[in-house]
Amino acid sequence: MIEQLEKLVHTFGPTGQEQAVAELIRTEIAPFVDEIRQDPLGNLIAVKKGKPGGKKIMLAAHMDEIGLVVSHIDENGFCRVRPVGYVLTATLVGSRVRFANGTIGVFGAEDEDKALWKPTGKLPAWDKWYLDVGAENKAAAPVQVGDMAAFYPFFHQQGNRLIAQSMDDRSGCAVLLAVAKQLSAPANDVYFVFTVQEEIGTKGAVAATYDVHPDMGIAVDVTFSADTPKAAPMAVVLGQGAAIKVMDGGMIAHYGLRQALVETAEAAGIPYQMEVLPGGTTDARSIQLSREGVPAGAISIPSRYMHSKAEMVDLRDMIACANLLTRFVTESA
Amino acid sequence: MNNPLNRQIALYPLLKTLSDLPGVSGAEGPVRDLIAQEVHRYADKMWVDALGNLIVLKKGDSSSTKRVAVMAHMDEVGLVVSGADDKGFLKIKSAGGIIPNILVAQRMKVGPDGIPGIIGYKPVHLQSQEERNKSAKMDEIFVDIGAKTEEEALNKAPLGTAVSFDREMKFAGEPPAVVPEDGGLPETGRLTGKAFDDRVGCLAIIALLRGERLPYDLYAVFTVQEEVGLRGAPTAAWAIQPDMALILESTVADDLPREEDLSPTTRLGEGPAITVSDRASIADPRLLRYFLAKAEETQIPLQIKQPGVGGTDGRAVQLTRAGVPVAILAVPSRYIHSPVSLIDLRDVHNLLRLLEAALPDMPAALQMKR
Repeated sequence: MIEQLEKLVHTFGPTGQEQAVAELIRTEIAPFVDEIRQDPLGNLIAVKKGKPGGKKIMLAAHMDEIGLVVSHIDENGFCRVRPVGYVLTATLVGSRVRFANGTIGVFGAEDEDKALWKPTGKLPAWDKWYLDVGAENKAAAPVQVGDMAAFYPFFHQQGNRLIAQSMDDRSGCAVLLAVAKQLSAPANDVYFVFTVQEEIGTKGAVAATYDVHPDMGIAVDVTFSADTPKAAPMAVVLGQGAAIKVMDGGMIAHYGLRQALVETAEAAGIPYQMEVLPGGTTDARSIQLSREGVPAGAISIPSRYMHSKAEMVDLRDMIACANLLTRFVTESA
Repeated sequence: MNNPLNRQIALYPLLKTLSDLPGVSGAEGPVRDLIAQEVHRYADKMWVDALGNLIVLKKGDSSSTKRVAVMAHMDEVGLVVSGADDKGFLKIKSAGGIIPNILVAQRMKVGPDGIPGIIGYKPVHLQSQEERNKSAKMDEIFVDIGAKTEEEALNKAPLGTAVSFDREMKFAGEPPAVVPEDGGLPETGRLTGKAFDDRVGCLAIIALLRGERLPYDLYAVFTVQEEVGLRGAPTAAWAIQPDMALILESTVADDLPREEDLSPTTRLGEGPAITVSDRASIADPRLLRYFLAKAEETQIPLQIKQPGVGGTDGRAVQLTRAGVPVAILAVPSRYIHSPVSLIDLRDVHNLLRLLEAALPDMPAALQMKR
């Protein structure tokens, strides 16, 4: 799982340009599924057939990561950018981004009064930041208005902790790949759906869920944890197991589905914790509201420093998520 | 070569009629009626759906099985009557993105019969120094239709009556030297009017419906209620189930005097603008590349709209059923969402030229690498 996660993290895939991630996943998952297709929006849908009479279960993880789009290049070659997805300005100082063509950009800010150098200085607003792509003038800029960038990839394992810029949600993609690998003769048809454009409003899942028309759906995404100094209170801890979602800012998980996940975890002795996330949401929100409604829930990977360049998750939690999902879809639902 | 778009028709008077007609969100009837009258002879099928969208099918020459939707919205921003006071002044709410500063001192048309109304304001003589320096507020705006009592006002304009700008399309500055006598659209010149957003999109689709058949089934969709939150487009797209969609819009041109080296959203006269991403959606990368390549190949000016501004029906269409690849092209307009929007005719012509060049092979774009 770690090897695959590292590959996933290193693959370029800001919201709207997920194709390289889709191609990697297609290659990795192909030996373990019966069919693979890509839908009109770019969602990758891989199907593992179950036994007759089984249900259709959709598992979703999103391929996209937060990024940027170039909106203007000035005469001196500096690029202005707009965030794609929720990018924190606090994480921009000193960060690097990468474009599809390999160009690297580093962030700078208009900082006339040296606010960035003061311990209590206010962060500049979005329009004060620029990307330096090393160009001496506009004509020499190696990128164009409309080009998208993602934060520079970084992966490191330290004991059980894993650190990368895009654990949200490449760790979820890795969990789904692990489930596909582990699965033999499931009772249910399992639809592994790798979605696009989650970070700008769980969009890909809207289209994919309509297409799949599942009996139930489970999103696999990261969640916050509250096990760091003076963190906002929340009962999720890194390393304590798969987080079974109760609710978040966008949805309440289907009660029966949530309980079934708890029972599966209990029966198999898989570590789990209950997740009540005050804000934010996942693809499960879009799954839930598809067509006539779909029982939907989510299994989350606890993470620290979400949407920063160093998101941290715990390998044991990812394994717990994969085992829980594998067991759940294997048994009759 | 068969031209999929007919530019020989009297587009100039048609654009004027389209722009001048009232069609505030939710009250698009007059615009819909005009368009239906202009295109019904060229339609293989035409219907109005439950929300009021006008949908026109023009069958392809049967060489392609694809279904392509080309969409523009009929509605414009305006006001809606929300009450009257005891002196007969109409209270209003906004329909779509509209700011009070552009409403003050306007002539308006109230309701389907176009009752003349005006939006007055306290004369300068009576304003304190402080009042003179502040902006108008929405709750200070009233429409005066000459009524003397609440009853009279609400009889003439019941709650919910739409109120639109009363403004005729005109050339800004000198009219161009060459104005075709047959009503053709002059090649140059800048027009000012109240509703180029999005009647200029409607105009392009009318020209398309009156051209030669395309290889694929063309679904022309004139939507309602775009300005109040992309409310019309979803049902139309649901019914049509297109393989791809092209949204024709008018968008912000803010190429106004400025000191800093910062890009405007779009610039007037530099061609139609194509969207990479806006506040509501990210365009399909294949269609985006296809239009950029076509423009390059044909030397038709096409500008990239600065990312992050605005939103269109594209968002609603994109998320229909199993998903629809979408591209968005727009005619830049200064002073958009006001009675004095300003467009450049070269941009309209270049949009039409680009459609002529790019539409026949558009489905091939989806064969490209994503």
